Amino acid sequence: MSVFESYQLRLERQRWRARAFRKRRELMPVANRTDKINPHDIIIFSTMRNEQIRLPYFLRYYRDLGVNHFVIVDNDSSDGSREFMAEQPDVSLWTTSHSYKNSRFGVDWLNWLQMKYGHKHWTLTVDVDEFLVFPFSDTRSLPALTDWLDASSIPSFSAMLLDMYPKGRIDAQPYHANQNPFEIISWFDSGNYTISKNKRYANLWIQGGPRARSFFTDAPDNAPAMNKIPLVKWHRKYAYISSTHMLLPRSLNRVYDERGGEKASGCLLHAKFLDTFQAKAKEEITRGQHYFNSHEFKAYHAAMLENPDLWCNWSEKYSGWQQLENLGLMSKGNWA
Amino acid sequence: MSGAASVGIVMIAHTALDRAAQVARHWAVHGCPVVIHLDKKIGDVAYQEFVEGLSDLPNLHFSSRCRCEWGTWSLVHASQTASTLMLKTYPDIRHVYLASGACLPLRPVRELIDYLAQHPDTDFIESATAGDVAWAAGGLDSERFTLRFPFSWKRHRRLFDGYVRLQRTLHFSRKIPQGLVPHLGSQWWCLTRRTLSAILDNPQRKEYDRYFKRVWIPDESYYQTLTRLVSTKIESRSLTLSKFDYQGKPHAFYNDHLQLLRQSDCFVARKIWPNADQLYQAFLKNEQETVNHAEPNPGKIDRIFAKAVERRTRGRAGLYMQSRFPTEGRENGATAFPYSMFQGFSYLFEDFDSWLAKYVGVTVHGHLFASEQAEFKGGQSIYCGGISNSAMLRNSNPKAFLTNLIWNTKGKRQCFQFGPDDLQELNWFIAKDPNAHISAITGAWIVPLFHSNLTFAEIRKISARLQKIENAHMRILRSPYAKARVQVMTMAEFIENPMEPLQNIFDVIDPRNSKRLSEMPKLVDLTGFGKFLQSLKNQGMHPHLMGDFPTLDQIPLTPQRIRKPYLVRK
Repeated sequence: MSVFESYQLRLERQRWRARAFRKRRELMPVANRTDKINPHDIIIFSTMRNEQIRLPYFLRYYRDLGVNHFVIVDNDSSDGSREFMAEQPDVSLWTTSHSYKNSRFGVDWLNWLQMKYGHKHWTLTVDVDEFLVFPFSDTRSLPALTDWLDASSIPSFSAMLLDMYPKGRIDAQPYHANQNPFEIISWFDSGNYTISKNKRYANLWIQGGPRARSFFTDAPDNAPAMNKIPLVKWHRKYAYISSTHMLLPRSLNRVYDERGGEKASGCLLHAKFLDTFQAKAKEEITRGQHYFNSHEFKAYHAAMLENPDLWCNWSEKYSGWQQLENLGLMSKGNWA
Repeated sequence: MSGAASVGIVMIAHTALDRAAQVARHWAVHGCPVVIHLDKKIGDVAYQEFVEGLSDLPNLHFSSRCRCEWGTWSLVHASQTASTLMLKTYPDIRHVYLASGACLPLRPVRELIDYLAQHPDTDFIESATAGDVAWAAGGLDSERFTLRFPFSWKRHRRLFDGYVRLQRTLHFSRKIPQGLVPHLGSQWWCLTRRTLSAILDNPQRKEYDRYFKRVWIPDESYYQTLTRLVSTKIESRSLTLSKFDYQGKPHAFYNDHLQLLRQSDCFVARKIWPNADQLYQAFLKNEQETVNHAEPNPGKIDRIFAKAVERRTRGRAGLYMQSRFPTEGRENGATAFPYSMFQGFSYLFEDFDSWLAKYVGVTVHGHLFASEQAEFKGGQSIYCGGISNSAMLRNSNPKAFLTNLIWNTKGKRQCFQFGPDDLQELNWFIAKDPNAHISAITGAWIVPLFHSNLTFAEIRKISARLQKIENAHMRILRSPYAKARVQVMTMAEFIENPMEPLQNIFDVIDPRNSKRLSEMPKLVDLTGFGKFLQSLKNQGMHPHLMGDFPTLDQIPLTPQRIRKPYLVRK
């Protein structure tokens, strides 16, 4: 990397941080319990909007995994999500009615909160429909992973997004609060992910999965990005650029080995395609506040409403992290 | 417990003090005197708490504290002071066992005592000459002993590296004290009183200490080297099970390692993840079991950790994923499994695909790189792993398309057709891939044109284009960089003797099957083909890839007629 390029990236990072700093005014504290955060705590950062039905399981899943605190931005929920979260003893909650889109889909808000509360903590930035699995996650907790990452001087951990779907129409089986969504959506695509390297930020750009094969056969470039780096030992100088796909400084994006070896990685099981999807999607169109109103949405919204079936003969049924490891979707690396 | 304590534990602790205290108590209660060295970095309050928590144990002592930093002399110094205290306080112990706060005894203390009683004069210390070890990380094996390391590796990595480089360029070399032969090994040892006091009371100790103070990671070499001078009986292995990753960092053990650790029959393991409650519960139980005299046998654990290092450094061949994205040439196998690419066969035979699938247990696709769509076996629109047959998806990343397909189906050979009308982007990639088997009949693509109803002018134009493309491909296949298994023949050569190349294909695909081919697929009708070629030539084109065909239809080729001579020859 040339000195000039490196300087440009530094400027860019500072721009994102300045933007996050400006956007802090949009956030109103509802319940700030960050004084309860201990130095070694693992913190989740997330934005949400009208996710009431998903929240109980989301909290349970990550508490069981060993997450200590949740820093949440509520984007003007009206379904009781805010009230529910405000009551949780390990949740710090901010709310805003400002534009989700103008905060670059929540990235600016979270960058600010991470700057303020994430410094020197392991931070996990996930949506409420994303569930982290990592090597040994059935027997080892998240602190076991972060301790190992610390001992190995690894500052960031990748977890590719894995779209999960049911067999049959996605609206066939209703989801209940506090239910494990993967009882319903237990299928995924195992081997149709394509990767290219983003030269500027040094991150991998991964596309594929059921959405790409079902809705983007004519516009492959527009297929959603599946690469994610959600787990980072945060420093206040870091900034996410676009969702959790990539961040700066770009050394954090080098979560892959280029000499043939495998680094450790996990997966984010994506519980988007529950029966709640259609109602949610309709709401998002009218709001025009999502990636949704762009190409991504136009391609598959119509199809999803018409015949919402992502299952195919080659779909795999999820059975655990070992399966994802064997399929090569994630790796133990040298963690044993 | 055994009246005269025969083994004393020297424990060096830095972190996870509650666990260190728990283990120290276990040792002490079960009859082993313990001397603990606590890192000075630990605050006074925590230190006092720790000391008070263990104050009820008469056979547990604390040595004076110093600041410990990984890779430096301080760790040796800590073990020296603690060992000295141990030998002085307990004149009747025969062995001293060096352990860390993250160590966990896996077998009853009684068994360790018995074991050491059976080997009263043996020093258990891993010690190999510096030139022979492979584990030393960072290429610093013998240089540990000949360079100086005044800078901290953890805190001032640049200075550390820079100073090493500087000394290398200046060919700087320290003198190793006379009589010392540098040895390296695990820092966790168990030495006899005789050996240990000989090291600590050595008249030259000052000189040795001064030397080792500037050696890199002296805790892996100080005792290991000096023991060689004074010991009468060295067993070069550590009684502590301790695994290191490829960067030289110790692996931690977790709850799910419980059975493995049990079966290992090792006396002590490190490091244990401090929150591995089940391990601490399982191994620090009060002892009453029958005594087991098994030798330590960490083989299974060794294999698991060796595999982890392999996974990290070499990875799985042919896999491209979020945490393995090798640059070209560093793949350790560009694809995951052998596959075959056939060029021209499907033009010359009416039913080549089904014929091939019938003969050998392989998957036979059509033209995977056809311009319309990927022709998966049986015309499926989605194939193994969820790969779409969409040409646009495939063309947006053809390499991923192929490597995914081969990865998803590894264990079963994939065969597909190829021709100059298909996507040519992967020609180099496939040619360089040792997993690829390419069998090409050049010029055969002209057969469909020959059979078509196109006008001659059109045929001439198309064939000129296809010939140019195929010619470029053949040049790649003939390149010295091509690592694929390549068999190229002209159409004329093939027609003359088709059985041999077909047999050849079978031998490659299924080498263990010695069956000779008895049936050939049905050849298409080539009556008038020679004339057709000649007219192309008359039009001014030069169709050279097909080889030399007789101008006139002397050989109206049919399968029957070529099969005969082959059988006769056989």
